[in-house]
Amino acid sequence: MPAGLNINFYAVMPEILVTALALIVLVLDLFIRKNKAALGWVSVIGLICILPFAAYTNEPYPVFGGTIIADSFSAFFNVIFIIAAIFTILISMDYLRKIGVDRGEYYHIILFATVGMMVMGAANDLINVYVGLELMALSFYILVAYRVKSSRSVEGALKYFVLGALSSGILLYGMSFAYGAAGSTNFMEIAGELGKGDNTYLTLGIILMAVGFGFKIAAVPFHMWSPDVYEGAPTPVTALLSVGSKAAAFAAFLRVFTAAFPAFQADWSSMLWIISAATMIFGAVVAISQRNIVRMLAYSSIAHAGIIMIGLIVFNDTGLAGVAYYLLVYAFMNMGAFTIVALFRNKGRFENIDEYKGLSTTRPLLAFLMALFLLSLAGIPPTGGFAAKFFILSAAIDAKYYWLASIGVVSTAISLFFYAKVIFYMYMKEPDPGAEIAPASGVIYNIVLFCTAVGTVFLGVYPAPFIDMAVKAVRPLLM
Amino acid sequence: MEQFFFYMFAIAAVVSAVLVISVRNPVHSAFYLIVCFLQVAAIYILLRSPFLAAVQLFIYVGAIMVLFLFAVLVLDIGREQFRERFHGQTVPALAAIAGLFVVMGILVVSGKITAPLGPFDEPALMKNTEVIGKSLYTSYIFPFEIVSILLLIALIGAVVLVMSGQGKENKG
Repeated sequence: MPAGLNINFYAVMPEILVTALALIVLVLDLFIRKNKAALGWVSVIGLICILPFAAYTNEPYPVFGGTIIADSFSAFFNVIFIIAAIFTILISMDYLRKIGVDRGEYYHIILFATVGMMVMGAANDLINVYVGLELMALSFYILVAYRVKSSRSVEGALKYFVLGALSSGILLYGMSFAYGAAGSTNFMEIAGELGKGDNTYLTLGIILMAVGFGFKIAAVPFHMWSPDVYEGAPTPVTALLSVGSKAAAFAAFLRVFTAAFPAFQADWSSMLWIISAATMIFGAVVAISQRNIVRMLAYSSIAHAGIIMIGLIVFNDTGLAGVAYYLLVYAFMNMGAFTIVALFRNKGRFENIDEYKGLSTTRPLLAFLMALFLLSLAGIPPTGGFAAKFFILSAAIDAKYYWLASIGVVSTAISLFFYAKVIFYMYMKEPDPGAEIAPASGVIYNIVLFCTAVGTVFLGVYPAPFIDMAVKAVRPLLM
Repeated sequence: MEQFFFYMFAIAAVVSAVLVISVRNPVHSAFYLIVCFLQVAAIYILLRSPFLAAVQLFIYVGAIMVLFLFAVLVLDIGREQFRERFHGQTVPALAAIAGLFVVMGILVVSGKITAPLGPFDEPALMKNTEVIGKSLYTSYIFPFEIVSILLLIALIGAVVLVMSGQGKENKG
């Protein structure tokens, strides 16, 4: 259909710019021999320059033959991805030196992963969703295996790779059913073709696609990979995996299910209801027994995925806006928590929660910030986590999903227990006399911690403008 | 007649796929995989996609299988290491497969899953390769470009994972 091809480079400018930046870093890597952190700085400065383009690109009609759409929804998510990538690169520079793999490829692989996420967020066609997802996943397989000499890193990468390939296969199988049923991969054409609902093939496709996305967002029962991968990966990669990859998968999840299958809403929301409830309860309960801080955060991130899914299930403008807002807040608070974990974790030390004992006397500021991030993750006012949870749960109550909202509240209450445990160790216990003192944060860490802490608090104290943005962002989905 | 051929190829594909994972010798299982790929290529021809069939032959049977055999050769996976790896999960796995078959069977018997051959126009089929090329460079130009980045990252990834094992020694 060359008539409606509609090539518009402005609409995909953020993707083009990030790709160009990645290629520049790729070439610079050949010339900068000694100081690889310089590549990190180039990437960060480039991303900061691209951020306004990503935020203001708004061409609310499909371009490139209808395969991609740069509307306010993709712009909102592009901002989340770029912010997450900036923080990740900043905390990586020191971390890579610490673990002794200070190599240049790391930075452009992160940038390529960001491109994959952006393609997923802007996709208006099943093929684009798949290609973007594969680009992101392939980059993450490499990043997770980056500490090749560590057996846990390799184990995590292998698990992620095998299960990721399997889930991609399932997703693709579902997409092929949807294509078979609708005769098109374009979301609008699928929705137009199947407006009447009731099509067994498409139901099968929807189930399989939910499995594929469920894997990427680590929803129960497709979460098996996440604790091992989170633990094995370099900690900054874990942070990006839990924030960026999850946000990208949710963006695609939302777009596919609302734009292509709105006629099947009753079917898929009753299926996702069960997955969401199981995810919230399982994630929160299993996190209690974790001793390792990264595994604890991994299970907590599973529980968060369950709560975010509520927004999709209720399928109204508050619910969908809640998903977008939650993911924005999550980017700040989870990034912050992982920044502190990345700072402390070194050569097998500061792996377990009890090693955070007495942190408030040795590193009072860091202990305070960690407590702030954990309280926000738990959803305590006045932090952003509270506003986000409140937003989604009130949407569920508005839509009369009382049981789901109750399960969400119970899950939040359970999760408070394990977040408070870390705070308890930091504030109520004395440090072991012989224990090594936690490392101090350098300038870069301070910048990241400052930004994430300000973001976390600001989104909780004055959420109105950001909620407006989120509401505006999801408007294209409900048309 | 067409249906007969379809079932023949489909059954051969499934049987050879089962043999891939059930034979002990890795070289044999690689050969069964070739058989499986050939059947799939034949099904593509039945679906009137000669281009896909040709690509399947070139890439999977040609390039990928040669790599598989090289890997088997280099790694020298003995018969010892190729024993049962099911960890006692055979029964649940078989139960899950049986359940899937029952569900599929119910759907097929109840007539909910039928696959009528959709309308297709002869000239488009005759120019199969041209049609694919045209849509790749018009409607699907964007994913096509993204795939090029995907291949680049795959290339980089392979280098990163191989090189970083020996990075320190080289730099001294």
